[in-house]
Amino acid sequence: MTSPTTPPAIELVGIDKRFGAVHANKSIDLSIARGTIHGIVGENGAGKSTLMSILYGFYQADAGEIRVGGAPVAITDSQAAIRAGIGMVHQHFMLVENFTVLENVMLGAEGGVLLRRGTAAARAELKRIEREYGLDIDPDAVVEELPVGLQQRVEILKALYRGAEILILDEPTGVLTPAEADHLFKILGQLRAQGKTIVLITHKLREILAVTDNVSVMRRGEMVATRKTAETSAEELAELMVGRRVLLHVEKGPAHPGPVVLSVEKLTVRDARGVTMVDGVSFDVRAGEIVGIAGVAGNGQSELLEAIAGIRRPSAGTIRVNGEALGADGRLDPARVRASGLAHVPEDRHHMGLVLSFEENENAILGYQTDPKYLKGPLLDIDAIRADARAKIERYDIRPPDCRLRTANFSGGNQQKIVLSREIERDPAVLLVGQPTRGVDIGAIEFIHKRLVALRDAGKAILLVSVELDEIRSLADRILVMFAGRIVGTPPADADEQEIGLMMAGIEAREAAE
Amino acid sequence: MDLFDTLLIPVLASTLRLSVPLIFTALAGLYAERSGVFDIGLEGKMLFGAFAAATAAAYTGSAWAGLGAAILTSVLISLLHGFASITQRGNQIISGVAINFIASGLTVLLGNAWFGQGGRTPQLPNTARFTEITLPFVDQIRPIPVIGPIYASVISGHNLLVYLALLAVPFTWWVLFRTRFGLRLRAVGENPGAVDTAGVSVAWLRYRALICGGILGGFAGTYLSIAQSAAFIREMSAGKGYIALAALVFAKWKPVNVLGACLLFGLLDAVSIQMQGKRLPVIGEVPVQFIQALPYVLTVILLAGFIGKAIPPKAGGVPYVKER
Amino acid sequence: MSAPFGQLPRWVDYGLLPFINLVVAFLVSGLVVLFIGASPLEAINYMVTGALGSGEGLGFTLYYATSFIFTGLSVAVAFHCGLFNIGGEGQVYVGGLGVALVALALDRIMPWYVTAPLAAAAGFAFGAAWALVPAWLQAKRGSHIVITTIMFNFIAASLMVYLLVNVMKQPGSMSPQTRLFESGALLPRLGFLFSPLGLDLGTAPLNVSFFLALASGFLVWVLVWRTRFGYEIRTIGANPTAAAYAGIRYGRTVVITMLISGGLAGLMALNVLLGDHGKLQIEFPSGAGFVGIAVALMGRSHPVGIVLAAILFGILYQGGAELAFWVPNITREMIVLIQGLVILFAGALEYMFRPALVRLFAPRGAAVLRPA
Repeated sequence: MTSPTTPPAIELVGIDKRFGAVHANKSIDLSIARGTIHGIVGENGAGKSTLMSILYGFYQADAGEIRVGGAPVAITDSQAAIRAGIGMVHQHFMLVENFTVLENVMLGAEGGVLLRRGTAAARAELKRIEREYGLDIDPDAVVEELPVGLQQRVEILKALYRGAEILILDEPTGVLTPAEADHLFKILGQLRAQGKTIVLITHKLREILAVTDNVSVMRRGEMVATRKTAETSAEELAELMVGRRVLLHVEKGPAHPGPVVLSVEKLTVRDARGVTMVDGVSFDVRAGEIVGIAGVAGNGQSELLEAIAGIRRPSAGTIRVNGEALGADGRLDPARVRASGLAHVPEDRHHMGLVLSFEENENAILGYQTDPKYLKGPLLDIDAIRADARAKIERYDIRPPDCRLRTANFSGGNQQKIVLSREIERDPAVLLVGQPTRGVDIGAIEFIHKRLVALRDAGKAILLVSVELDEIRSLADRILVMFAGRIVGTPPADADEQEIGLMMAGIEAREAAE
Repeated sequence: MDLFDTLLIPVLASTLRLSVPLIFTALAGLYAERSGVFDIGLEGKMLFGAFAAATAAAYTGSAWAGLGAAILTSVLISLLHGFASITQRGNQIISGVAINFIASGLTVLLGNAWFGQGGRTPQLPNTARFTEITLPFVDQIRPIPVIGPIYASVISGHNLLVYLALLAVPFTWWVLFRTRFGLRLRAVGENPGAVDTAGVSVAWLRYRALICGGILGGFAGTYLSIAQSAAFIREMSAGKGYIALAALVFAKWKPVNVLGACLLFGLLDAVSIQMQGKRLPVIGEVPVQFIQALPYVLTVILLAGFIGKAIPPKAGGVPYVKER
Repeated sequence: MSAPFGQLPRWVDYGLLPFINLVVAFLVSGLVVLFIGASPLEAINYMVTGALGSGEGLGFTLYYATSFIFTGLSVAVAFHCGLFNIGGEGQVYVGGLGVALVALALDRIMPWYVTAPLAAAAGFAFGAAWALVPAWLQAKRGSHIVITTIMFNFIAASLMVYLLVNVMKQPGSMSPQTRLFESGALLPRLGFLFSPLGLDLGTAPLNVSFFLALASGFLVWVLVWRTRFGYEIRTIGANPTAAAYAGIRYGRTVVITMLISGGLAGLMALNVLLGDHGKLQIEFPSGAGFVGIAVALMGRSHPVGIVLAAILFGILYQGGAELAFWVPNITREMIVLIQGLVILFAGALEYMFRPALVRLFAPRGAAVLRPA
């Protein structure tokens, strides 16, 4: 695959890794040519991050060999990876937030026992790197005060400062706006021009096609194919990722919207620091339609969802269900919101939707523990709770069908079904759904999508939030695009991806500002 | 002037003496907690240190051997805390509580078995203690008004460990903010992931922080048993480890503030001793217990966020597990 | 992600593992005994016969166990809500004030069965009140409850010394304590229950509050596992974010849980003051609040486990006293040491032997479905 004269920057031979019963990497072979951008794609849980963590010394492979520049190296820890010239930009930044940029860059490479001399040297070196790659940043800025895009730049600087020749980026655009992402890709292009090798891990095919030279596809722990980017297509990669032709379109008939059920008016939400996350948002959701909210993660969708669900207190605005304002008496909490006919499938089921240490049947009443049908006075009606759980397990084909099993022992798809069954079976007037298929296997995705469409056809109002544009486009009857806490566009359901993408980047808002 | 000599000077001198174990111990806690390991076991470390110092000094007749033994013991206890809370990822608070119990039990048990005095260690001669040092020029300076008595009776006339405690504060500040170790220590208490990905071992770094705490705990114990007094007495730490913990919180985990907090709490202690049975003009008799409870009350008020906000290191109390 | 450890059969998780931890704690204690030149076997012999070998010994054992059941339940209830109530000692102490006030008011005019329920209610209320401020600060201001409850232990100590020295002391008496309660505030002892069995409890202060302790254990079980409120407590303890999502009010739940926790600690004063001392004196809790931590850890926060652990600690306390009496090299602090070791091995090092057990039981235990 590479020319015989220059050895590849990285070669992986037969890398194998298990976590208990999970076979995360199955005898992976991979060769990455020097001076290229190499993409690795795959679904969530395909084993990409594990593989890169092995390369960066976070985990040890159970078997296999890593060669850097043709020579085998033992990467026993991150220090060894750094010595071998490998740098990594993690999905969740590994920065000390109350440190300055300079302190973060120096950490682990201080250049001596005392900081004083090292600091001066680091400052100079940072200047040089800045000039060479056009990565300007104030070295004395405190990291937590920097925008996300710049924090990521600090991560890149950290790697370059340590002399990285090979740079691994793990899902780098998940938190970036398209504009910031474009800027990142420009930087990656410059790095390649300087002879660096870049490994880009993502599940977004558009990015792969836009910036990489070669692309490898992982599926269920295996490396299934490597292609030259110029010679492949989104369709082929998608098929390789999931192992069969993807249903990009959900089977559904036209919507028959009825009266407005959920009405949000001038809703404003601030986070704990007082930063406005949702900024005067207004929209309606009618009975029998799915309204999809598209947007890059972190543009206020989560806060919007949580405010409607009563988890976050809005600082202004009204939310109405069937014409009745929620929390009109100044008290808005999830229990009252539920009582008014609203159900909520939260974005993060591990942290919010489920208590993983509980038995399945205990999670099947989470949020509805005050429902008299589960109670005998102040006591729980254990028999009723378990019977109810068993019925849902059967209807939603939750496996294994054991309502007394600890919830942590179910797979991601089955956990999501536990949440969905709990919320849908309440027969709510409004269903809020956040990231319904994140970390869920393909089979369960189809099941979940069908359920949502069926609920819509039963005349319910559904508000869907997803960062997967494809999911929004295939499920939603109407689309709202959120950027920086505002709804910046309402493209028709058949609008093309480019158009929505521009809105997600807040292009209009940006141009107006400049 | 009379009040100055008979009240203020003795109170200030005793403030300093009472603050010393708090300073050592609070700094010990500072190293641990800035590295992300909560340390409720400060009391136990101090107690073990005191016992080891008195025992070693009794056997060898050397105060320095006592100090060495105290440091060694206290470091070993820190390593036990580290094993439980770093290596085994156990609950740091439970581990600390356990250490305090083990210290209360084992010191008396061993003391009784070795010396047969119900847990006391033998009374030490002055040669086996850290005794008062008179600073130079005391006699020349003493006659000067105000400065003279302060120099002669407050600043001079303490044992070596008092001066070491005062030096430990700027030293700790220097370590924390001017050395590589300090940078990493502060980082690991905020985001261990950042340290790990920078190729530095989180576990080893936290162990080293705990060892630093152990050394300081040894100094604190030594001060109690063979500098301030001349023997180990059961439970002689008497809750000072907890006051030090309060001082650490009160100081918002900052070295220089630690000195201030410990001096304040020491002052309250000194005043409460001084006030025993005395009446103040206007106010009348202030209950001693009220002054004794004041450090705890102040710390609770601070924790409540009514006077500033004490924000602990972000990663504190959480064992580090690599994320997949 | 999911638990970092493999799955184990329940009886291993809740039976064998705690048992191993306990055995190790005792082995280490045995080594200490050996080290100070006594015989561990002889020590065990003294302890067991001292604690269980006579009616009087058994009576003392169960008397101590009564106190530890209360404090163990107190710690456990808070644990279920994710709170570490380290302030049991102070809550017991202040609870004692409530008990004593009722006793002093009624002991001359009421029979014990009127005084005792009121004293229990007062003990519960005072203990709960002492937990209120830390609970409220945790709920509303996010102040770390471990630190605040420690502080409140010391504040309680100062407060009680002040009250006993300056306010409640019997005029003319030198020692800081109240007058002796009279018969209207003294709990019946349980000797009559044991005499048909041929056991003479002698001077052992085992009294009716033992039954109150057992009843409290049952009520705590019902509360935690069978009521809606218990479900809410456990949800907050296991996942506060999910609890918020489920509409469970954090502040309210934390405060009520801590009131129950503090109240249970306060009840312990009933056993000690009306069952044994017959007066309120300084430092009467003598560490029982802290024993509750060890008991709750060993009993895995389950009432059945707590009752068993409390009896074990009762044996330690009673047997330890005997041991200290007969073996010159061993003092009462032996119990404190064992307590510390139990907290260390059953608490902080609770998972040390788990990986080995997982390997041992893997073929049967870990074959549960895992995500691929």
